[in-house]
Amino acid sequence: MESKILKFENFSAGYGNLLVLKNINLEIFEKKITAIMGPSGCGKTTLIRCINRMHELNKEAFHKGDIFLNDKSIFEMNPVFLRRKIGMVFQKPNPFPHLSIYENVLAGYIINGIKLKREEKDKIVEDCLKKVALWEEVKDKLYLKGTQLSGGQQQRLCIARSLALNPEIILLDEPTSSLDPKSTVEIENLLEKLKDNVTIIIVTHNISQASRIADYVAFLYLGELIEYGKSEKIFTAPENPKTEEYLSGKFG
Amino acid sequence: MIEEKIKILKQKIIEFGLLVEEMIDKSIKGLIEKKEEILKEVIEKLEPIANRFEIEIDELCIEIIAQYEPKARNLRVVLMVLKINNDLERIGDHAVNICESSLFLIKRPDVKPLIDIPRMAEESTKMIKDSISSFIEEKIDLAKDVCKRDDIVDSLRNQITRELITYMVEDYSVIERALHLIRIAQNLERIADLSTNICEDVIFMIEGKIIKHHFEEG
Ligand SMILES: Nc1ncnc2c1ncn2[C@@H]1O[C@H](COP(=O)(O)OP(=O)(O)OP(=O)(O)O)[C@@H](O)[C@H]1O
Ligand SMILES: [Mg+2]
Repeated sequence: MESKILKFENFSAGYGNLLVLKNINLEIFEKKITAIMGPSGCGKTTLIRCINRMHELNKEAFHKGDIFLNDKSIFEMNPVFLRRKIGMVFQKPNPFPHLSIYENVLAGYIINGIKLKREEKDKIVEDCLKKVALWEEVKDKLYLKGTQLSGGQQQRLCIARSLALNPEIILLDEPTSSLDPKSTVEIENLLEKLKDNVTIIIVTHNISQASRIADYVAFLYLGELIEYGKSEKIFTAPENPKTEEYLSGKFG
Repeated sequence: MIEEKIKILKQKIIEFGLLVEEMIDKSIKGLIEKKEEILKEVIEKLEPIANRFEIEIDELCIEIIAQYEPKARNLRVVLMVLKINNDLERIGDHAVNICESSLFLIKRPDVKPLIDIPRMAEESTKMIKDSISSFIEEKIDLAKDVCKRDDIVDSLRNQITRELITYMVEDYSVIERALHLIRIAQNLERIADLSTNICEDVIFMIEGKIIKHHFEEG
């Protein structure tokens, strides 16, 4: 039996007068890749920003209902602590500016004043960069600024950063939308490897990407969850005609 | 008379300088006071005026060159005005960038109290003011002084970045907001650089030789 890590219960959210997510009930499986799909504006970004409580940062934002992480309401947790458990990779790669690749990986340690020996630092940097398959490409230029890497490399560096605190879940909002096809494939391969240790929730517009990597697909339409299930099922025989239309490219 | 025309040209540059200073002031004021209307004013009202200034000054310079074929000093003045004109236009663009980031930030909680960014803005606008007056009044010492002050702005930018990275590491939900603040600091740094460019050009105009490279050493 696959166990569930995250659960939405009668969850609604929006901004000001706009109700974006409408009474969502959804359970996410542990150590699987779940893709959130649906036409532009249907609420995908809003949904994942609720999971790490970034939605609340917007002045107009509101929500109703509950989200549970391992049976505990996220709204009863300290948000900063919650975000240690739920990492996030943004749409545009955003390494810390003015820091080298080496410093970007270690930023968490350096800034929290954790003293490490030279060899320990070197080892952490090597391990993390190997996890995201970046080591071979950058091992001779660790002193370049993180921002001098290619887009795909920067995105992998950001994934390494999100892994640094050993999160249980990572959220990715269209992480490959600004990348070329080769970097996109690299990120996809990387996510497949990472799911041995971490639950992955990814927003994507790219149907073939979802069919390549997702174990489960949640389909949102006008803020409602209209279909959710194993990806083989959704991609071969969706139940809702709207899903069918979307997957056959009738709207987007 | 060419002297008359050059006087008008200088007057226009003074006004253009005051306009971009106002743009920077308001971009930061809008951020601090969280007033969307001030930021929109810069983007929608002041930026188009700045664009018109640039075109007008450019045309005036071309006219002077065509009509009077200025030589030596006068030619150097006209060429400097062309360059300063271009620098001021770019400063205006940086003020608009600041407004765009500020519009993002004012709708969200503060990452930290803003102390260094207003200081940077104050320093940068002062550098613009001084660079323009060093040109108008041909004060070479003032121009040299502005070039030296560039370091203050650089180190403020560094300090801001370092501090914000601390926040970003602790909680990634501040990353978007912190990167916007860093972007604002970078734009202010570019503004200071452009003021320094103007001063280097002023020194060139007065002394008639390029000092850029010696200066960096001193
Ligand atoms: N900060 C905000 N303030 C007000 N409304 C917002 C805000 N962010 C999003 N919205 C609105 O909420 C709705 C859902 O937006 P959301 O960004 O979640 O959609 P999305 O599915 O991620 O779209 P896309 O595929 O284009 O990224 C849209 O109607 C959008 O206009
Ligand atoms: Mg989105």
